[in-house]
Amino acid sequence: MGDANMRAELGSPGRRLGTLARHLGVDYSPASSSLMASHNASEIVTPSPTAGSYGGSVFTNVAQAPEDPILGVTVAYNNDPSPVKVNLGVGAYRTEEGKPLVLNVVRRAEQLLVNDPSRVKEYLPITGLADFNKLSAKLIFGADSPAIQENRVATVQCLSGTGSLRVGGEFLARHHHERTIYIPQPTWGNHPKVFTLAGLSVKTYRYYDPTTRGLNFRGLLEDLSMAPHGAIVLLHACAHNPTGVDPTLDQWEQIRLLMRSRGLLPFFDSAYQGFASGNLEADAQSVRMFVADGGECLTAQSYAKNMGLYGERVGALSIVCKSADVAVKVESQLKLVIRPMYSNPPIHGASIVATVLKDGEMYQEWTIELKAMAERIISMRQQLFDALRTRGTAGDWSHIIKQIGMFTFTGLNREQVTFMTKEYHIYMTSDGRISMAGLSSKTVPHLADAIHAAVSRIK
Amino acid sequence: MAAISREILKRRGILRSPVMATIGARSMASWFGHVEPAAKDPILGVTEAFLADPSPDKVNVGVGAYRDDNGKPVVLECVREAERRIAGNLNMEYLPMGGSIKMIEESLKLAYGEDSDLIKEKRIAAVQALSGTGACRLFADFQKRFLPDTQIYIPIPTWANHHNIWRDACVPQRTFRYYHPETRGLDFASMMDDIKNAPNGSFFLLHACAHNPTGVDPSEEQWREISYQFKVKNHFPFFDMAYQGFASGDPNRDAKAIQIFLEDGHLIGCAQSYAKNMGLYGQRVGCLSILCEDELQAVAVKSQLQQLARPMYSNPPIHGALVVSIILGDPELKSLWLKEVKGMADRIIGMRKALREKLEKLGSPLSWEHITNQIGMFCYSGMTPEQVDRLTDEFHIYMTRNGRISMAGVTTGNVGYLANAIHEVTKAS
Repeated sequence: MGDANMRAELGSPGRRLGTLARHLGVDYSPASSSLMASHNASEIVTPSPTAGSYGGSVFTNVAQAPEDPILGVTVAYNNDPSPVKVNLGVGAYRTEEGKPLVLNVVRRAEQLLVNDPSRVKEYLPITGLADFNKLSAKLIFGADSPAIQENRVATVQCLSGTGSLRVGGEFLARHHHERTIYIPQPTWGNHPKVFTLAGLSVKTYRYYDPTTRGLNFRGLLEDLSMAPHGAIVLLHACAHNPTGVDPTLDQWEQIRLLMRSRGLLPFFDSAYQGFASGNLEADAQSVRMFVADGGECLTAQSYAKNMGLYGERVGALSIVCKSADVAVKVESQLKLVIRPMYSNPPIHGASIVATVLKDGEMYQEWTIELKAMAERIISMRQQLFDALRTRGTAGDWSHIIKQIGMFTFTGLNREQVTFMTKEYHIYMTSDGRISMAGLSSKTVPHLADAIHAAVSRIK
Repeated sequence: MAAISREILKRRGILRSPVMATIGARSMASWFGHVEPAAKDPILGVTEAFLADPSPDKVNVGVGAYRDDNGKPVVLECVREAERRIAGNLNMEYLPMGGSIKMIEESLKLAYGEDSDLIKEKRIAAVQALSGTGACRLFADFQKRFLPDTQIYIPIPTWANHHNIWRDACVPQRTFRYYHPETRGLDFASMMDDIKNAPNGSFFLLHACAHNPTGVDPSEEQWREISYQFKVKNHFPFFDMAYQGFASGDPNRDAKAIQIFLEDGHLIGCAQSYAKNMGLYGQRVGCLSILCEDELQAVAVKSQLQQLARPMYSNPPIHGALVVSIILGDPELKSLWLKEVKGMADRIIGMRKALREKLEKLGSPLSWEHITNQIGMFCYSGMTPEQVDRLTDEFHIYMTRNGRISMAGVTTGNVGYLANAIHEVTKAS
């Protein structure tokens, strides 16, 4: 009798008796003894009629979910014994030595917190740590933003960027009349799931142009002009993931004009502020343009990358409203979304952020460490570009230095990626996205060799 | 990309351009003008009101967070030590979607038994969750996705947020009778009736110990009967265990109901929280587990739970999980924890005795036996909302209007004042 059949037939009482039978060294038959005719009847263990009629788990039909495409890359990398392997999959910063980095200023904040005997672990309010919220809003909108000064911003602490997007999405699904969100093509793999589960219907707008490996600006404008009045539009504030392709400031201005004239609601995902260019102000310009025109928008902020707080899950959702009254009501409704999800957000990471942001000297140190991370990545871009040029690799690779942020959309196809993994032990997602943060001066030549070989041998 | 300064933007006329003012944005009405102000959370709203009260006599017996005998929040010694080990030493990389493996292992040992075969056989699908709330919510979402035709039976009364959780997960709710107002104890007969009358295969939410808000738990005998009836009816038991260790002082004892159900072969679900028993409230650490038929099914179920967590928060917060793993994984620290948890439980048991004795000494016409019969953090006093309002308005005593007193907020310093006040507002009844 196959395992699957047995499972289906026996359920829990059957299994317990099966275990018993094994211990006794006898055969176990759930049905009549006809199958076991050759055995001594006294050696057969059968379930008593009073053992309960329940038929096993209610979740029997739950199928295994497919492996996450991004995390699967790291699993494969970990299993590879090759000494020259390189992991360019997941978007977490690595040092030149390939190690994760905890910022010095974060360590200092941690020590302050741990050594402060007055610190307690009480529940935060549903909206999170108040200081953290105010400081986060200032960070993205600018300390002198009129929206902040006029108390028009409702900010709630959430679980990093994902959590902020989800809470914002749920709020919109409940309170916004147009429950459609337009996301760029391509975008971070989790975006469609977040918004779908939040209750929104997801559409796309053209974004990336594979022929230029740059922005399909005309396509973007065309698609957004076809969006219905009130539709929500997801915008990557900077360092678009996965392509690294950002609009120029002029293009942002045109996007803004279009969206305001069509009455589209902007929802910014800001996961890389400071990490893209190395400058916090510069990386916030797109968002600030929209806020400066007096209109409304949503912004999801993450401190995962720019403060290296990945696993602490620190982020904030801000909704910029027309008036302070509306902001108060909006905040009260955000609480109703959060309370049945996780009651209140985790305190540790937000305390670290608040400690750093409110101390002038620590803030300064942070900007320096942030710039260093961004510059290392920019330098990797340059080194890779130069290495490909030196090798005379066919094609235009200028997109490597034009794109910005943690990722480069190489333009390599699936077959080329597979080849690079097999022959050169380079691990990346099958869409050709590489995490520049995973590169070092030592590994750039190996990657360049791999790309060169892939491009030469596979079309 | 060159650094762009505000100056450049001003010079380019991008900021404060007159053109901008006329393009749609400023003249548009708010998208959110129609949004209604939401009602305050009944429990958390109490603490807000307490904090806003300037009276020096004020007492907060509202929210279920432990206080020491000076009315101060407590960070356990074992937690402080764990944090000293973490700070400066461990990194903050993403946890896997399902959370910290170590923390999950330790949590399952606590709930299912140190030497549980079920753990050895890898039959339990488990993920780290955002405390008890997050664990319940993940389960509710999972229930909705895979068993969309099922409902959840919730006890009357229960923690208010339970209703919100299953509602937001879009799982229809039913109730079953639980609390007996006349005796301030368990309405066992009605509870059993409701269990028998529910359609076969119904999903039930059970408080594993220290029922919130009543403090009324079934006896061991009663749990056995409930378990038996569940077998007959093929019901699904989902345990919310937010107070393991905190109820009796002994985590093994507090998991007795779960043990009984496991012995009877039920395939349970369980939400665990470390908010109270490790004092990790704000860290949001918990675990959701679902007992499956075999390892294969457990792997499948866990993978699907991760699929629900990913679009909610991607992966759970690391800090609290590290604290829990360090404490439970180190025999000395675990010993210390057990001592500290017993200390908290004992203090509360002591306060129950004290409050009851004082009320009886004041010559209250009512019976206050239930104060010491009930268990855990809360006492369901039996006071009416009007009496509660009087306590707040006249005596600056803050509690939820259902008459629930958080015993954790009672101290030797305020128990006399509290007893007097309760006596004042109830003596006429």
